[in-house]
Amino acid sequence: MDFFDEFPSLGRTPLREMKKSIDAGFRSFSREYGDALESFFNPLLKFMVWFEKLLINTPWPIILLCVGALAWLGSRNYKLVAGTVGAFVVIGYFGMWEDTMATLAIISVATIVCIGIGIPAGILMARSNRIQAIITPILDVMQTIPSFVYLIPVVMLLCIGKVPGLLAVCIYALPPIVRLTNLGIRLVDADIMEASTAFGANYKQRLWGVQVPLALPNIFAGVNQTIMMALAMVVIASMIGVKGLGVAVLRAISNQYLALGLMNGLAIVALAIIFDRVSQQYGKRLQKHREGGHGV
Amino acid sequence: MVTVSDIKVSIKNLYKIFGADPKPMVAKVEGGMSKAELLEKHGHVLGLKDVNIDIKAREIQVIMGLSGSGKSTLIRHINRLIEPTAGEIVVDGQNVLDMSEDELLEFRRFRASMVFQKFGLLPHRTVAQNAAYGLTIQGSDKNEALERSQRWIDRVGLSGFENHYPAQLSGGMQQRVGLARALATDAEILLMDEAFSALDPLIRTDMQDVLLGLQEELHKTIIFITHDLDEALRIGDNIVILRDGAVIQKGSPQDIVLNPADDYVSDFIKDINRARVLEVGSVMDTKAIKTGIKIDVETPIEEAMQLMLEKDKKPARVVKDDKVVGSVTIDAMIKAIARPKHGSGNKNYK
Repeated sequence: MDFFDEFPSLGRTPLREMKKSIDAGFRSFSREYGDALESFFNPLLKFMVWFEKLLINTPWPIILLCVGALAWLGSRNYKLVAGTVGAFVVIGYFGMWEDTMATLAIISVATIVCIGIGIPAGILMARSNRIQAIITPILDVMQTIPSFVYLIPVVMLLCIGKVPGLLAVCIYALPPIVRLTNLGIRLVDADIMEASTAFGANYKQRLWGVQVPLALPNIFAGVNQTIMMALAMVVIASMIGVKGLGVAVLRAISNQYLALGLMNGLAIVALAIIFDRVSQQYGKRLQKHREGGHGV
Repeated sequence: MVTVSDIKVSIKNLYKIFGADPKPMVAKVEGGMSKAELLEKHGHVLGLKDVNIDIKAREIQVIMGLSGSGKSTLIRHINRLIEPTAGEIVVDGQNVLDMSEDELLEFRRFRASMVFQKFGLLPHRTVAQNAAYGLTIQGSDKNEALERSQRWIDRVGLSGFENHYPAQLSGGMQQRVGLARALATDAEILLMDEAFSALDPLIRTDMQDVLLGLQEELHKTIIFITHDLDEALRIGDNIVILRDGAVIQKGSPQDIVLNPADDYVSDFIKDINRARVLEVGSVMDTKAIKTGIKIDVETPIEEAMQLMLEKDKKPARVVKDDKVVGSVTIDAMIKAIARPKHGSGNKNYK
């Protein structure tokens, strides 16, 4: 009856041997290719360092001006601009300026990387059902696997620092933009696609002339989600050496500093709301042509 | 007199069967299996069954049928938006099905353009950009494309709306954009898939006038799909009637109204205004007479009767190109107006 009482598992010794050999294999892989990978990511690291320094070293009034201008370009809404600038002033007044700039830097770079990878991946996914069937489970894993689990191999490969932090953020923040790009393209009205085909448009002409422009609202929702998820990863990224607001939150957690945690947490929230509102407004403005009204 | 060179598009033995493995089903349909039987026994849907149509150049060929009759499927075979299961589509002597990918793109860009029931306009482009769409696909320079398409925007009566987006226009105006877009490519063949069906009746008549006006000067080969008999009779030089994917009757509007092939067609035509559709030429006697007023051969009977009633009600002379070709009496016209008896097979009518 032993068979029914206990699950017929692999047994402790072979299991340990298996884990050991996987660990050893990965360790030798990281010894072998760690340096190569590091130098591969070196340009990215340099860019991140440069961008962070740029944000921190630029006099704060100029940053405020730029932030306000970007908010205006995105939203064309005075209230949003006022709110944005106000939030940054408060953040700076409470001594979180430098950390905020560092966070802003990594979020921006992560978003750029995610857009650069995510939109082409989404386009590819929309092109064939087979590719979609391959990519979808990968995205599921990326979204649901606990971040700490992939932090281990990333840190083993690249040690701690900005690049592994960026990778961790990107793994978590990439899926929405891929999914929404794919969805947006697949949702493009079949009648419009047929018309385009009937006029002799080839794949490229259909993609760039019809599918991508009409999928933009969804793609934009994807960018928005990606930014939000990147911000959510700020604290975890700080555990592997990314500077910014997350570090303070981490310190607050380990020392039970309520005020410090709250202030930095709220600063992250403020950033999130600003990004969200501005990008949503921008997305809406892209859709101007959908507004009806006859004989305008 | 139809010569081979007058035929622009020739559809030969065209079959379309939808399903997992349609090829072997063709033989079964050829063997006489019905649409219902095919669906029940083999799970395949019969779309088109042995369709043969010769479409003359520079004429408007109407393909008519109720929904589900396969007419929209048929028109999409001509530019291969749908691949047939068997058969040929020959355009200018070339089989469209033999074309390579590139040749097919060229064919769609330069030789056949299309107008859609649901317009199919690009919502993010302005009227001008939409009208120029075919030209930009052809690869012409953006400004040149806009310049060339402007003529068609003016021609369909949309001057002043160039910078509007489709969503800002009414349905009728949107379809004018669709028409301008199709005309701008200078393709000789114009495929119109229920182009005016989504429009309300007044606008529809309006658009029919626009199309007929354009055709008078352009002489394109137009293949026009509709489920509306009045529309078919009004604009068609020739009409093909489809049912369950098969051709039931081919002929001129006069033929269809006077000699409906079967009950299905008689049902179709039972509510039309025969006096307005039938022309004097269709009811005249070829025996020429010496006296009486002169009436053109293409005059609708409605008008002819009015003319004759105003005069002396005596038989009138029917003229074609200033030559007397026959005579017509009021009695003959009244007889023609009378609706054929339903279910009589109608072969003996007249």
